[in-house]
Amino acid sequence: MNIPSNLLYTKDHEWARLEGDIAIIGITDYAQGELGDVVFVELPQVGNQVTKGQAFGTIEAVKAVSDLFAPFSGEIVAINNELENAPETINTSPYENGWMIKIKVSDPSEKADLVSPDEYKNLVGEA
Amino acid sequence: MSADKGCCCGCDDKKTALYDIHAALGGKIVPFAGYLMPIQYPKGIVAEHRRVRSTVGVFDVSHMGEFEFRGPDAAAFLNWITINDVSKLAVGQAQYSAFCYPDGGMVDDLLVYRFPDHYLMVVNAANLPKDRDWVEKHLPTSGVQFTDRSDEFSLLAIQGPKAKDLLSKLTTVNLDSLDYYHLTEGQVAGRPGIVARTGYTGELGYEVMVKNAFAVQLWQAIFEAGKPFEVEPIGLGARDTLRLEMKYCLYGNDIDATTNPLEAGLGWITKLDKGDFMGKAAIQAVKAAGLTRKLVGFEVLGKGLPRHGTPILKEGKLVGVTTSGNYSPMLDRGIGLGYVPVELSSIGTELELDLRGRVLPLRLVKTPFYQPHVA
Repeated sequence: MNIPSNLLYTKDHEWARLEGDIAIIGITDYAQGELGDVVFVELPQVGNQVTKGQAFGTIEAVKAVSDLFAPFSGEIVAINNELENAPETINTSPYENGWMIKIKVSDPSEKADLVSPDEYKNLVGEA
Repeated sequence: MSADKGCCCGCDDKKTALYDIHAALGGKIVPFAGYLMPIQYPKGIVAEHRRVRSTVGVFDVSHMGEFEFRGPDAAAFLNWITINDVSKLAVGQAQYSAFCYPDGGMVDDLLVYRFPDHYLMVVNAANLPKDRDWVEKHLPTSGVQFTDRSDEFSLLAIQGPKAKDLLSKLTTVNLDSLDYYHLTEGQVAGRPGIVARTGYTGELGYEVMVKNAFAVQLWQAIFEAGKPFEVEPIGLGARDTLRLEMKYCLYGNDIDATTNPLEAGLGWITKLDKGDFMGKAAIQAVKAAGLTRKLVGFEVLGKGLPRHGTPILKEGKLVGVTTSGNYSPMLDRGIGLGYVPVELSSIGTELELDLRGRVLPLRLVKTPFYQPHVA
């Protein structure tokens, strides 16, 4: 299982990559594997406000539907429009082409609630 | 992300003879009907689904139950306890049928196979103890010998346009003369087995039954012979999406103790013109009174997948419920089955789905949703 060392993680299996005050968000390799084939993704609109820990969208896979939770509060500054026509990108490239949203982070201290790659590894039972 | 994993330790669950193979292939194992079964392999449900529709796939369905009936009164007993007409079944023929309760609700759906000197019934794994009790409770004191052989047999389904090309390399059975819903005994991969031209995918396909001791050998022979056709193992996930595209009922989803066969669209297996049978009076009464609801197929107009239990609305008012729903890999959209009032059941009717508060339109369509090209 792929758990890149340059990312931060949530216990809900999202990842976040910080570039200045922008956080890029997606779901982890573990999450896409558990969900199986992703067929639809519902994302918020650019300009929407999201709140840490609250649902910002849904991901629909053949096996199950799941909410997506925001790791940071802030404003949506970009969404990945490619996922509209190619949702399976989340399965094939969860950390790169399968990114979902970019949040302009309003409170950088929220970062403290995310977990490190090592902690996430423990969480999903990867030795 | 908060997916339900639907998984537990499964300590009490049984394994089929092929369990180690599924695990070695990277199958995602889940507890299902008392067995540890692969829900999918690493390529995933959509790829597995397309493999069966394009060339050939192989399913381990050894969890299904097998009941044997022998004796001078076996045919009469089966004709009384099932809703289809067993007297019409020739030696070497298979029949889709069901058990019903006295009130017309359904105990299970099943297949009856007729052999020269006995009958074999294949029942759903999830209903096996209930079905066994049902049979034993109604068995006459003499004239019928009933044996549950579920733990002795392994059952492999070989399904897809290349199924015949594959199986013909492994068997002495003449597949050219084996018609749909017929079966025969013969050698498969050098061992005795039963080959039936049946399946749950709508594709050309076979179900092969062998003693558990031959299951691994058969599986390996199938994958060796199937290399030119890119044969792949198929899990329970794709088994469900394949049967859904055909509008084949799944017990526990589309049919159960609260549904009668007529509203489920199973009038064609309900032989009210044969003699008396369990449930007949109630089903006749339903027919005389007229159906109030019907099982229909629909496609979702928009991005969302119905699931079992999704409310169906008309102009915001609850009118029905989804019994099965998923993504159709062949149509690339959400499809589903559900019960709606008869007056809202014509093809083309537009209703709505309540997907966790999000309302999406649906349209009733002709079924099967997908038409396989069966030679």
